[in-house]
Amino acid sequence: MAAQNIQSVPTAVEPSRASRLPRALVALTIATALALAVGLYMALVYAGMESTQGNVQRIFYIHMPSFFGAFLAFSATVVGGGMYLRTRQTKWDVLALAGVEVGLMLSLVNLATGSIWARPIWNTWWTWDPRLTSAAIMGLTYMAYLMLRAGIENPEQRRRFASVYGILAISTVIMTLIIIRIRPDTIHPAPIGGSPQDAQGDFNLTPSMVTALLTNLPIWGLLVPITLMWWRIRLENLRERVDSLKIRLMEK
Amino acid sequence: MKTPFFKAVIAIVRKDMQAELRSRELLSSMGMFALLSILIFSFALQLDIVARQEVVGGVLWVTVVFASILGLNRSMATEREGSSFDALLLAPVDRAAVFFGKLGGNFIFTLTVGVLLLPLMSLLYNIVLLNGYLLATLTLGTLGFSITGTLLATMTVQTRARESLLPILMLPIALPVLLASVNASSGILRAAPLGDWFAWLQILGAVDVIYLALCYLLFGYVIEE
Repeated sequence: MAAQNIQSVPTAVEPSRASRLPRALVALTIATALALAVGLYMALVYAGMESTQGNVQRIFYIHMPSFFGAFLAFSATVVGGGMYLRTRQTKWDVLALAGVEVGLMLSLVNLATGSIWARPIWNTWWTWDPRLTSAAIMGLTYMAYLMLRAGIENPEQRRRFASVYGILAISTVIMTLIIIRIRPDTIHPAPIGGSPQDAQGDFNLTPSMVTALLTNLPIWGLLVPITLMWWRIRLENLRERVDSLKIRLMEK
Repeated sequence: MKTPFFKAVIAIVRKDMQAELRSRELLSSMGMFALLSILIFSFALQLDIVARQEVVGGVLWVTVVFASILGLNRSMATEREGSSFDALLLAPVDRAAVFFGKLGGNFIFTLTVGVLLLPLMSLLYNIVLLNGYLLATLTLGTLGFSITGTLLATMTVQTRARESLLPILMLPIALPVLLASVNASSGILRAAPLGDWFAWLQILGAVDVIYLALCYLLFGYVIEE
């Protein structure tokens, strides 16, 4: 009986195949790193300098695209949550969790770059503008998601509740997106379409600026979140395997 | 043989009403909290008449949302303690009927506290809050809190952290409801023209409908055991 168990361990967990790095992931990571370098070049060198704000305006090429990256990651959480509730396959919950963590990181990039830009332009690091407040609450919602996960011991129940909350939480992301259109007292500029009346630090995009923005948008909005989420999913799968191996060892 | 949907909903609401009439546990704690809250606000903010007009809407909504969290926690905890939730799940009723039943109870209790606050606040803050539009805003806003709160409280009561987790989960989700309610009520209290704030009331109604559909769809997943 014991001998059978020992033999069954390596075949059941297949250590060689699962821990090997997938080639596509390596390729994607290298591509993302190169693209980030190109994006930085476009933002810092290629794009023309904004006449009133100067160099600090270049932060915008990362500030806005990183929000769209967060949006993509949080949308992945909705898809992962919905599919988990439908199929009850763990992999969908892993996708949802990866989406939350990567999305949180990108919202932090978004908040930090916004803060650095606001210091010279608005003369403050932070202000209780509707959009800033909404973006901060969006971050807190996803931190609450992580707290909810930490508060449930039963793994099946944890996945189920997290899926439900992950779907509801997208409302704060949508809220952050549309708030500058419905709250006229915001000072946050709207780069697409007309800015609100009180917008401070608005600027008109010249062709070279548009090119720099359009290069950075898919980099931060697609490549970065997808690459990071893939790594996070891999990490979670490995962690789960370590856990199951530990349980097997303890059972003996 | 399943009990018809509306009969089941009404039965659950009646059960909550009856339990409340006998214990008076929920309304007394929510009412006491709300009363203390508006007194503390009036001391803490040292309000003069102009400032009062600006912030009274905010004070009202903060009080209502915290009172509703208090009530939701209590109402779900009693279900849990008495194991009556398990009985509800065993009963041959639709899961959605359980949702609407609990929602109905929570909504009625929170609205009662909110409506009682209006004359009291009119008295203490010396601003007339008894207004049809404000009542409509209060109803829609309270409904929004009850919808999200009923779903989330059913979840948190099953976790380790219980009571402490509900406000953390609920406040960000209820933010759209809170934002629309506060804006609509400040407009009403400033006696601004209808066109200035009526859109907020429409947004509030739309948010309620979206949350109601979403929470109704998701509720089945938080009570399966």
